[in-house]
Amino acid sequence: MNDTGIGARVRRKEDHRFITGKGQYTDDINLPKQTYAYFVRSPHAHATIKSINTAKAKKIPGVVGIFTGEDVAKDKLGGLICGWMIHSKDGSPMKAGPHPVLAQGKVRYVGDHVALVVAETKEIAKAAAAAVQVSYGVLPHVVDVADAMKSKAQIHEVAPDNRVFNWSIGDEAATDAAFRNAAHVTKIDLVNNRLIPNAMEPRAAIGSYDTGSENYTLYTTSQNPHVARLVISAFHGLAPEHKLRVIAPDVGGGFGSKIFIYAEEVACVWASKHIGGRPIKWTAERSESFLADAHGRDHVTHAELATDASGKIVGMKVHTKAAMGAYLSTFASCVPTYLYATLLSGQYNIPAIYAEVDAIYTNTAPVDAYRGAGRPEATYVVERIVETAARELKIDPAEFRRRNFVTSFPHQTPVIMCYDAGDYPAALDKALEIADYKNFGERKSASARKGKLRGIGFSAYIEACGIAPSAAIGSLGAGVGLWESAEVRVNPVGTVEILTGSHSHGQGHETTFAQLVSDRLGVDINNVSIVHGDTDKVQFGMGTYGSRSGAVGMTAISKALDKIEAKAKRVAAAVMEAAVDDVEFKNGSFTVKGTDKKMAFGEVALSAYVAHKFNSAEIEPGLKESAFHDPSNFVFPAGVHICEVEVDADTGVTTVANYVAVDDFGNIINPMIVEGQVHGGIVQGIGQALAEGCVYDKESGQLMTGSYMDYQMPRAADVPSFKLDFTCTPCPSNPLGMKGCGEAGAIASPAAVMNAVTDALGLRDVPMPATPQVVWKAMQPMKKAAE
Amino acid sequence: MENFNYVRPAKVADAVKAMKKAKDGKYLAGGHTLLPTLKQGLAAPTDIVDLSGLKNAGVKVGAKSVTIGAGTTHAEVAGSKDLRKAIPGLAKLAGGIGDPHVRHRGTIGGSLANNDPAADYPAAALGLGATIHTSDRKIPAEKYFTGMFSTALKGSEIVTAVEFPVPKKSGYAKFPNPASLYAMVGVFVAQLADGSVRVAVTGAGPGVFRAPELEAALAKNFSAKALDGIAVKAKGLNSDMHASAEYRAHLITVMAKRAVEAAK
Amino acid sequence: MPAISMKVNGQAVCGEVEGRTLLVEFLRDKLGLTGTHVGCDTSQCGACVVHVDGKAVKSCTALAIACADADVVTIEGLAKNGKLHPMQEAFREHHGLQCGFCTPGMIMAAVDMVKRLGKKLDEDTIRHELEGNICRCTGYHNIVAAVKAGAASM
Repeated sequence: MNDTGIGARVRRKEDHRFITGKGQYTDDINLPKQTYAYFVRSPHAHATIKSINTAKAKKIPGVVGIFTGEDVAKDKLGGLICGWMIHSKDGSPMKAGPHPVLAQGKVRYVGDHVALVVAETKEIAKAAAAAVQVSYGVLPHVVDVADAMKSKAQIHEVAPDNRVFNWSIGDEAATDAAFRNAAHVTKIDLVNNRLIPNAMEPRAAIGSYDTGSENYTLYTTSQNPHVARLVISAFHGLAPEHKLRVIAPDVGGGFGSKIFIYAEEVACVWASKHIGGRPIKWTAERSESFLADAHGRDHVTHAELATDASGKIVGMKVHTKAAMGAYLSTFASCVPTYLYATLLSGQYNIPAIYAEVDAIYTNTAPVDAYRGAGRPEATYVVERIVETAARELKIDPAEFRRRNFVTSFPHQTPVIMCYDAGDYPAALDKALEIADYKNFGERKSASARKGKLRGIGFSAYIEACGIAPSAAIGSLGAGVGLWESAEVRVNPVGTVEILTGSHSHGQGHETTFAQLVSDRLGVDINNVSIVHGDTDKVQFGMGTYGSRSGAVGMTAISKALDKIEAKAKRVAAAVMEAAVDDVEFKNGSFTVKGTDKKMAFGEVALSAYVAHKFNSAEIEPGLKESAFHDPSNFVFPAGVHICEVEVDADTGVTTVANYVAVDDFGNIINPMIVEGQVHGGIVQGIGQALAEGCVYDKESGQLMTGSYMDYQMPRAADVPSFKLDFTCTPCPSNPLGMKGCGEAGAIASPAAVMNAVTDALGLRDVPMPATPQVVWKAMQPMKKAAE
Repeated sequence: MENFNYVRPAKVADAVKAMKKAKDGKYLAGGHTLLPTLKQGLAAPTDIVDLSGLKNAGVKVGAKSVTIGAGTTHAEVAGSKDLRKAIPGLAKLAGGIGDPHVRHRGTIGGSLANNDPAADYPAAALGLGATIHTSDRKIPAEKYFTGMFSTALKGSEIVTAVEFPVPKKSGYAKFPNPASLYAMVGVFVAQLADGSVRVAVTGAGPGVFRAPELEAALAKNFSAKALDGIAVKAKGLNSDMHASAEYRAHLITVMAKRAVEAAK
Repeated sequence: MPAISMKVNGQAVCGEVEGRTLLVEFLRDKLGLTGTHVGCDTSQCGACVVHVDGKAVKSCTALAIACADADVVTIEGLAKNGKLHPMQEAFREHHGLQCGFCTPGMIMAAVDMVKRLGKKLDEDTIRHELEGNICRCTGYHNIVAAVKAGAASM
């Protein structure tokens, strides 16, 4: 390993601009003749639009244009799409209702986009938006997924009972048989609370149209600018791909919420042509982010786990109602299906699993992928029910897990996934030791002496990421392939530019990708630059989500580097007058076997461009290669997290007293960055468990948690420092042996925390988020019993 | 936010005059309630009269009373060494308002004039029996707080200072709303110079109020133990998604105990 | 529109503002100092923290006109003569940032914290003092480490 190569804790190359205030986020960019957008949004959860009167608003000086659903329809601008077809178990396709860029005839949630107002300043745009008169006919609404199938509110014509699909996975008969023969059945009802993503940078866009070249340009806060371009071209029909440039500059966090193609961004770039090509800038106010970013989770689940007399799991049944919100967002349908139920086997050898999922419309913001996407929900079901079963069977929860771990690989689960490598007992052992599990009893007593209730909880999670093998997901309904592309350009002076379809919005790609290059080519890391986020620069890409940038994105780079190395060897061989097979490349130098001939990488790069030192009829000049990588399998990070909490019985306040995470991410490029990803993920999961819960008012359909005044974001004082460690079973399906680390923390931690809370309180279930009030209420029956 | 005329007078009389002249004027102190309110379009005054030009910040500690200028920031109140000796509960309260940045801007006068039902200062003012000095008069705390966001201030009247009697002991304990950090329940306890005990509660009801059942118990025995088993009634308390009235009632006793334990 | 002047990062600046113009709007839109960010509309996230007359304030909750004649320091003014401020250095060294959006506010808050409380800061104090700054990426672990180290080297 060189000191900037694979495995080194290299400080981030991108940090200098961020710590000096020189980042370039979308809202930091201003274009000549720019106008400003503000959206008229629905104040109702469900209503018909009787009329929209823009006359008064249009008269306000400084208003440039006002656009409604009618204009969108006139232009035949296509609606927002959901790119993954799910079929119900009866074979019928999912019921996707229309999702126009600006509402047509109906609004379906509070915050639904009704009209776009464009003006000379944001103040004028906002004032004019308030002056747009919309007459609504209020309809019955439903916001709770548990009630929605029986509600008289019918959100889309295509789905009379609001059900989008009724999907199943696994062998029902085999699972029923396993339950019939079981010694014990554990049952649990769980709610996976709805979350609002809250990347710190609100969404923003600048759309413009060049009347000369007839090209559109969209600056946007996207995790995947090429996917945005593809969708806006192919489905919205705005312009063919070569006439549309999408740029995602520095992006301030995504967590899934910036994957999707939203109405606001599409509307801005579309409307620019209608105002003579002037750029239109829109930056969400935080309150708009709350209302109109795609939310996460929102599942109601009943699960049952069957065990035999020896404490071995023999079967599992799960039924989940998954909220989709008012419309199907870009990847909404795959989240509660293939990203969820395929992980219900957890780290365990479960012979029979059957799961059914009802995806249901509600009059709320759309629900889509949010950090972990389906896998936190699966882990929550598996790890809560496994913990509960262990308690019912009076088996130590660590021992119960160990007894049921998958121990040989590859392991085919009954729910599609084939685990390729792992060592689950190793992570458990390490976590138990770091958490000092054997002395937990003493700590519990010490807490009790202070009047506090202490509990411990485990989460042995597994996830499937490195999304995704195109053939596999294509057969399951995906509308796109999920490979990645890369291009390596070596300049004549030996510096290297990497063009990648991955997108960094906090993950540190500019550093880790450069480490790979430094390691492979022996070049100084400062002589490597990473180019991403611009469809005019990078040929194509599928973007960053599903912990895929390492396993998929870097593998594409690695394959392009293989080609660079091969080409450079040919050039070196020609220049040094040796056979190609005799040329060796090591530590940045080309040598000829059995001689003292030697060329540095930079010299070979220069030679490749100078070209008169070899026969250019045989070797093309230049040193530039590209590669597409389509993975052959998902990757399967797994690990064990152990959480200890202390509950203040007087107030219901839960404090995370100790948190240990032992993860297996395969080979790691930069441990510092990986640890950072784990820290952040854990806190998002602790947030879900103890703090964050999106609430819509049943009666009014209004979003009650619409700002930081009411939606609790985890703050520094709400969480501890963490104890992290790793195990390593290299991933066999990619040459770097990497798995993925971006989502693990958020996947593992809710179950670990809630297992600890229920342990502390001695209760079977406490709902998330276990806020002080929730915990205090949960404790009341115990207190009454004690009195 | 709608635009407005802005003035920053240097004298109280000029500020009053500017307010009287305004069609729909608002005084601006630290701005941490007013500016977010304007941003959300919940108010659209024609005129803003900024009181920061009055330069009336300062903490004067006397033998029997402490007078704090209306323009004194929470950070200045919390940081006053003399105040920490004289009325430690008040200094602690100020040091726990909002966050460090808010405490650099927010002022005691602004907080009391606004009388947010979840603000901290009203608990200290009522709990110590403070006197609110205004541009026109002196108002005892008992008569000053008249309900949610409502005070005895009239029209263009400006809070200029607050005078707190120095108690024997005082303490404050707050249970913050986990999202906003405003008081969900804040309890100020004081044992005054004459030995009487006052307990004022903020955040729990539509406005700050005294808790007679707790005062009676503490008057007999100023200790946390004296509050064991004393329940505050939930009737009339606020109920929202963060805390039901019952939970708030429970927290009042818990916070009162903690305030007594912290009292110095 | 009234014209105001103030000192920003050591330089005298002036510009026209409306009464309603926020300090953060003046800095970003008029002066092009886009390092100061806006992350919320309820004065809670702290992405907009700058120093006004030596104190950390939320520039989204201060009128520009009310800061006339003030001495303002933003993230862009922290490094001196091309040399990073020790707190900036510490954030990089300890991986105290990921997406970078909250970072300017975090660093400005941290520098203010050290000014008020001194160079020796324990973890509890740092965590408590950061309650006006929200980060969604880092889980705070490395921010706390960065502030501690940055404080010690200031």
